[in-house]
Amino acid sequence: MADAKMSPAHGAGAQAGGTRRDFLIVSAYTFTAVGAAAAVWPFVHSMNPSKDVLALSATEVDLGNIAEGQSVTVLWRGKPVFIRHRTAAEIETAKADDGAGLPDPETDAKRAKKPEWLIMEGVCTHLGCVPLAQKGEYNGWFCPCHGSHYDTSGRIRKGPAPKNMPIPPYVFLTDTTIRIG
Amino acid sequence: MSSNGFTNPIVKWIDYRLPIFTFMKHSLDEYPTPKNLSYWWNLGSLAGVFLVLQIVTGIILVMHYTPHTTLAFDSIEHIMRDVNYGWLIRYLHSNGASMFFLCVYVHIFRGLYYGSYKAPREILWMLGVIIVVIMMATAFMGYVLPWGQMSFWGATVITNLFSAIPVVGEPIVTWLWGGFTVDNPTLQRFFSLHYLLPFVIVGLVVLHLVALHQHGSNNPLGIDVKGPQDSIPFHPYYTIKDMFGFAVFFVLYFYWVFFNPNYLGHPDNYIQADPLVTPAHIVPEWYLLPFYAILRAVPSKLGGVILMFAAIFILFLLPWLDTSRVRSARFRPIYKQFFWLLVIDSIVLGWIGANPPEGIYIVIGRIATIYYFAHFLIIMPLVGKLERPLPLPESISKAVLKAQPKAAE
Repeated sequence: MADAKMSPAHGAGAQAGGTRRDFLIVSAYTFTAVGAAAAVWPFVHSMNPSKDVLALSATEVDLGNIAEGQSVTVLWRGKPVFIRHRTAAEIETAKADDGAGLPDPETDAKRAKKPEWLIMEGVCTHLGCVPLAQKGEYNGWFCPCHGSHYDTSGRIRKGPAPKNMPIPPYVFLTDTTIRIG
Repeated sequence: MSSNGFTNPIVKWIDYRLPIFTFMKHSLDEYPTPKNLSYWWNLGSLAGVFLVLQIVTGIILVMHYTPHTTLAFDSIEHIMRDVNYGWLIRYLHSNGASMFFLCVYVHIFRGLYYGSYKAPREILWMLGVIIVVIMMATAFMGYVLPWGQMSFWGATVITNLFSAIPVVGEPIVTWLWGGFTVDNPTLQRFFSLHYLLPFVIVGLVVLHLVALHQHGSNNPLGIDVKGPQDSIPFHPYYTIKDMFGFAVFFVLYFYWVFFNPNYLGHPDNYIQADPLVTPAHIVPEWYLLPFYAILRAVPSKLGGVILMFAAIFILFLLPWLDTSRVRSARFRPIYKQFFWLLVIDSIVLGWIGANPPEGIYIVIGRIATIYYFAHFLIIMPLVGKLERPLPLPESISKAVLKAQPKAAE
């Protein structure tokens, strides 16, 4: 009833296909939605990595003590990072396989800035287990969880994992020190 | 299936199996509410909003907090400095507790003024008293969690209240502490209960609402709804009115949160708990001050504890201590004045609670304590019998219509 009485007074608005009341309702709901989203954001964002977690996202490693054929595993962002001082034979195999039918094609030169140092995240790209070193059919890494085989460049060759093990961002600070992250 | 009256086929299908839409319609659309409710009736739903807000902010805080004496204090600083918007969520939570109590206290005084505790709403009222008691326990335990000096010594003082109980007092306190002093076991159980009790409150609030919906809201006239002309549907009339009140109240809330977030707290709680040093002046949060004043007014340990608990439990007896059959103080010229005296007395008790127990403060505290109990035990029963109430209007509708021409003039 109130609507019927009011609409003649707001005839101009009604002509455009909506009354002034429609406009008020739509804008009120819109502002409510914007306000609700703005109110929810701090709660959602509070669950993102906090400042102290982000502060841990760089790790420096001294490579001087790692002899050829040895590996060390360091922790970066809570994940293992494999640092392998590869042998000449491993490098050779890795480069030779650049053209083999790789599930996730990538050249060895792209994966190792310096061929003797392979630095990669030691996390299987299937479901996140840590693969075992110098195991598997390609003498690289083998994931015991679901049987993924990686070669000496950490590339996936066989098994359920879809991708090569990722290379983290790193730089050589000197010839024997790197910073990961 | 057509009987539920919904047109949307999905709503219809669900409602036939699980009548949530019928329930919502019944408790919002069809729920008849007295048409003369004032803004004093906003505080109940507003308290509900704060309950939800405390639970939501609390759940987020728990994601970053560590309940251990060696880590608790640092984890609070971690929340304040490292966690994204952690400062905001913590200030919302700590000031939210104060605003929750403010809503509930105004809600209680509203009930006292308009006689909302009288038949047939006694159980509704008593459920409310239980809610506020559990709220106090929850708030107290929450205040312990930051493990600052006030946390530690507040916990020590309050738990020691139970040592006043004859014979079993000491064993009970040891049991509460899980040791020989407030320590890690105490902190961890307080944390557990601080997480549990809000959900107990939610359950009690549901019962509070069931009891409310049985006979509907009281109203400023304190007379029953006599027919459809006296009521309007809760939705949209009171949902929109509640939302307006909510927006106004949140201006106050956000003043504290954004401009004065530590005003209602105590600076000593930013000093880590030290079992070897008691702060010079221990005060609880403002919402517990009147009860703290009553505790200190009595020169006996056991007596003080009993009176402090009695101060709140006396509210249970209110429906029977008030002998007047007229609900609203609007028609009770004498009681109305005593009501305001009780309000002043409660504020005086709060002020005394914030001051050290010495000199004139003790005297005022004692007088105010005696008056507090006299109000309920002597004044209320007597005034109900002796007072001559003003004539009640015939109905809510009549009273509203009679007021209308005046308003138009």
